[in-house]
Amino acid sequence: MTGRPVHHTIARQSAWLLAPALVWMGVFFLLPLLVVFLISFASRGAYGGVEWTFTLANYRDLADPLYLYVYARSFGLALATTAFCLCLGFPLAYYIAKAPARWQGIWLALVLIPFWTNFLVRTYAWINVLRADGLLNALLMALGIISEPIDILYSDLAVLIGLVYGYLPFMVLPLYAAIERLDDSLVDAARDLYASGWAVLTRVIVPLTKPGIVAGCLLVFIPSLGAYITPDLLGGARSMMIGTFIQHEYLVVRDWPLGSAASFVLMAMVVAGLWGYQRAGGERPL
Amino acid sequence: MTGQANDVRRRWLLAASLGNLAFLYAPIVVLIAFSFNAARLAASWQGFSLRWYEALTRDHALMVALQNSLLIAVASTAIATLLGVSAAVGLERLPQRSRAALDGAFLLPLVMPEVMMGVALLLFFVLIKLPLGLLTVTIGHAAFNVPVVLVIVRARLRKLDPSLEEAARDLGATPWRAFRRVTLPLLGPAIVGASVLAFTVSLDDFVVTFFTAGPGATTLPLKVYSMIKTGISPEINALSAILVLASMGLVALSLAIQQRQRLSQ
Repeated sequence: MTGRPVHHTIARQSAWLLAPALVWMGVFFLLPLLVVFLISFASRGAYGGVEWTFTLANYRDLADPLYLYVYARSFGLALATTAFCLCLGFPLAYYIAKAPARWQGIWLALVLIPFWTNFLVRTYAWINVLRADGLLNALLMALGIISEPIDILYSDLAVLIGLVYGYLPFMVLPLYAAIERLDDSLVDAARDLYASGWAVLTRVIVPLTKPGIVAGCLLVFIPSLGAYITPDLLGGARSMMIGTFIQHEYLVVRDWPLGSAASFVLMAMVVAGLWGYQRAGGERPL
Repeated sequence: MTGQANDVRRRWLLAASLGNLAFLYAPIVVLIAFSFNAARLAASWQGFSLRWYEALTRDHALMVALQNSLLIAVASTAIATLLGVSAAVGLERLPQRSRAALDGAFLLPLVMPEVMMGVALLLFFVLIKLPLGLLTVTIGHAAFNVPVVLVIVRARLRKLDPSLEEAARDLGATPWRAFRRVTLPLLGPAIVGASVLAFTVSLDDFVVTFFTAGPGATTLPLKVYSMIKTGISPEINALSAILVLASMGLVALSLAIQQRQRLSQ
């Protein structure tokens, strides 16, 4: 059999199979992003429309301390979310990875089910818990930790709780994949040589599962940075994040060029994150 | 001695893991519990009642929203399944290098912050003067669901033995026949599982819908959102409980379909 013609037919076949999806994603995903990119250089029309001029003014406007503050707080919240998810998720991922195979499937399903379940409703569910007359305050008062209700809802703390809650599964899945491949005999060897628990963790387990840790951190950091629902529902009037800021510029202020520039800065951060992920030898998230 | 230390360690890990699960599920349990609370202000428990569920059935706008949600979910799932499965099969046949690049490109929508996708689609539709409504929402949902289907079907396809299809070809089957009679049946459960998941994601989506729906295309999540924003009424708990249980059920179904095949192999 001659290799070439077969190769050609296969290439042609795969082109036809790929074409519909590529066209759809090209038109309804890449092209709209391109539009955002172009509009970020336009200026705002008199009635909220777009005037097609070329200007860098929108990006300059973003350097306003007010907006920089929004970016900084989003960055800080996303970073804190990532740290909490790592601390909470690591023991869980470790436990699942070292559980008997039968149980692994069940535990993974238990982590995955909320992950794919209605995010809006799951975030709303926290309002019942965090309200001044909500469950958490009632619990803390019953335990005698506080004497009167504290305001948790509509604060940065509430946003942080909501973000950790929402993106924890993103951390657990890649960690699980990395820990599952971890060779137990290396951990045992370290223990046999009288390494302390902390040394085993930081000198053996963490270095060997580093790709999973990097992947998990990026997969939590990226969506936290651009979160919209969580700060909108759980954050106060002043806890704006990049996501809510973009929505505000588009739908309330109707300054599309500035909103587009803000979107593009976010997009650049996402792409930089993904690039780092690939460089760290990251694997597919799902 | 090491065995004992191991036991202690395992017990700590188990406790931490159960704590994680409690964190993931507690708010959902509280939500469902309060949806049966007779009290108007959900702060305290006033006895079991189905009144908020009854109130939902009398809400005409809600039924329209349900209709819209189902219509969008069915249409966008059909498009995403067709495009996603076909692309997954196409990708598998590409040479390694171009495959890796395209794989990355298809993953982008999965990690892109939803708000970006929402505003980009909004601008795009306004620019091409396509009126916002059921059609624009369906297009948007299909766009984020193609990668969902693709990733799941691709994962399954990679585990299949290519020699099966080659054997069929050697025995004289046409490429299409070999695919339809050999590969497609083996992919079946992954395809069904992926489309159930895509259906759920569409039914649950808020952000992209929020930006691409005109006034006439209110879906259930949009309805929940406007109820939250206009003030906490106990009906939201009932509606939210139904939505969360429905989508948890669908996700569990999707995972079970995908899992069963893995076990049977």
